[in-house]
Amino acid sequence: MTAVSSTLLTPRLTAVVAHNWKLAIAVAVVVSAISMAGLPAAVSFWVVGAAAALVAAAFTVNAYRRHYFGALLVAPAIAVLFVMNIFPLLWSLGLSFFAYQANQQTIRFVGLGNYVRILTNDLAAHATWGALINTAMFVVFTVSAQMIVGFLLAILFAKQFPLRKYLLILVLTPMMLSVVASGVFFTYYYDPTFGILSYVINSISGNQFILMSNKVGAVAGIVFADAWMWSPFVMLLVLAGLVSVPKYLYEAAAIDRISSWRQFWMITFPYIRGLLMLALLFRTIEAFKLADLVILLTKGGNDTLTISYHLIRIANEQNKTSEGAAISYLMLFMVIVLTNLYLYLANRRTKGA
Amino acid sequence: MAESILGKLGFGRASGVDKAGWGRTLGVAIVAFIYFLPVLFIIFTAFKPQGDALLVPPTLSPTSLFGLIPDHFVFKPTLENFGSVFSRSMTPDGAPEATGFDRYFFNSIFIASASVLLALVIGTLAAFGFSRYPLKGNDTYLFIILTTRMLPAIVVIIPVILMFRVVGLSGSYLGIIMLYTAFNLAFTIWMMKSFFDELSPDVEDAARIDGSSGMRVFFKICLPQVIAGLAATFVFGLILTWNEFLFALLLSGPDTRTVPVAMNQAVSSGGRGTDWTLLAAIETLFLVPVFLVTFFLQNHLLRGVTFGTVKR
Repeated sequence: MTAVSSTLLTPRLTAVVAHNWKLAIAVAVVVSAISMAGLPAAVSFWVVGAAAALVAAAFTVNAYRRHYFGALLVAPAIAVLFVMNIFPLLWSLGLSFFAYQANQQTIRFVGLGNYVRILTNDLAAHATWGALINTAMFVVFTVSAQMIVGFLLAILFAKQFPLRKYLLILVLTPMMLSVVASGVFFTYYYDPTFGILSYVINSISGNQFILMSNKVGAVAGIVFADAWMWSPFVMLLVLAGLVSVPKYLYEAAAIDRISSWRQFWMITFPYIRGLLMLALLFRTIEAFKLADLVILLTKGGNDTLTISYHLIRIANEQNKTSEGAAISYLMLFMVIVLTNLYLYLANRRTKGA
Repeated sequence: MAESILGKLGFGRASGVDKAGWGRTLGVAIVAFIYFLPVLFIIFTAFKPQGDALLVPPTLSPTSLFGLIPDHFVFKPTLENFGSVFSRSMTPDGAPEATGFDRYFFNSIFIASASVLLALVIGTLAAFGFSRYPLKGNDTYLFIILTTRMLPAIVVIIPVILMFRVVGLSGSYLGIIMLYTAFNLAFTIWMMKSFFDELSPDVEDAARIDGSSGMRVFFKICLPQVIAGLAATFVFGLILTWNEFLFALLLSGPDTRTVPVAMNQAVSSGGRGTDWTLLAAIETLFLVPVFLVTFFLQNHLLRGVTFGTVKR
């Protein structure tokens, strides 16, 4: 027994055994550095990948021999997340410090230059701040519309009644539509010549009505479409909270003759508060990413450019890759601040209650 | 129906779901119908003759409902739009050509189900690991995993495009499936962990004492108890992946194009303006699979959408 466990102690750096992960890391770092310096990118990428696989294999053997089942089970998930999310994130952090365009070969270190440019340069900063202000406006309007509509829908469905299942799926359908189709069809509904909305308003007022002709109308149109699509999501969350309230609390409240308004605040609200917070968080982050509806409905016209769409334009259409990376880190920073703000408020309120 | 959605979820007699009668059904039906109207209009448009699509006022119904709806709002339903999804003439008087949409439908089904199932397999293993064999800094790992879901997908899109270009994964099934898998992993792990956490440890302990291996405990005892969780995760992941547009637009090639991307091209190409009946027919066909899956797994959706945070 002791002999076995002594070989299982972390081996010396130079020992060539399968579970020596320290040696594997050392070899991997050296090999990667050499290949990145000497070989073309397409080849060195695979060399680095093989080196990473070597380290992973060493860790796996190590974990298996030591019965670290937790690490073994978690490893594939961490590997996928690392390759597809965390590594690209680090890459784009690095890119944001360089001047680089995807359609050119040159690359030049500029430090914080990109960040300074998007935040203070006359032209670039103007677009960035304009897009950020628009995004903030969309976040406020779409999220509050979704919360209100979703909440009211949830109250409707919070009882058990005949055909409930079939009616619920009708309300859920907007969420399942492809945003391409629903977005394009909203341009039809809003169309000044063929659209239903204009037809109805024209026949009432007698004047030609064009929803998308000014900023207020364009924003209202986008907010309405987005709220229609995603209110069911809020509804599902709130509904899950509403149905988890123990019935005896309402029965006790009925005996005490507590008004239904107070009943809501004293009994229902504490149960759904956490889920409302979750809905608020999810929808805020999603609204922060709003781009596809804007592309389809206004193409950024009438001053409806959002930060996501701005980023797509900069990075993909204008090929300003590193400037795009800087904008995406600006966004990431804001989302993290927002998330923590919500979590902080949620925690403080639970403690206060 | 008496014990449908909530009963099966365990929100039984003790929770606050009162019974209500047909009056409630009628009220909710009116609201649900109004909410459903824009979808209904798209579905009806799929059945309209092409010339009817841009009539002012628009035609609204395939039947006159026994004279209830005036004749100029009624259209004659046709199935030809569904045929032209798959084969139509591209030039004004050319012969019908295949549009490749059968391929795109296959791509959508294949990519969405492969990535959701892959995330389910990897994520369930990881969730079991996080739940039963906590690592040092377990909560930190879980928080980082949650953050990958919270951050705007658009942030990683530039490096992913560059990475795929370098490696040659751009336009391949493998690339887009791996990417979607990563985006489904976060909530898969969180949800499945909450399901594993809830299981009673007694049976497991007994099995372990009897000498069952960790593998056997996982497959024979734990997994059968979380089937509902698997279903919930599946349906929620499917809805999110099915309609994903941005990554598909930027990363799929001609052979791996998904329906949302192809739909976008089909309606905006040719400069003749949007072909409304065609778009509606594509969307109607595209809605059917996800609608059916959601309908049959609906009982689990309520649990799924909360990231598993609602406990029994």
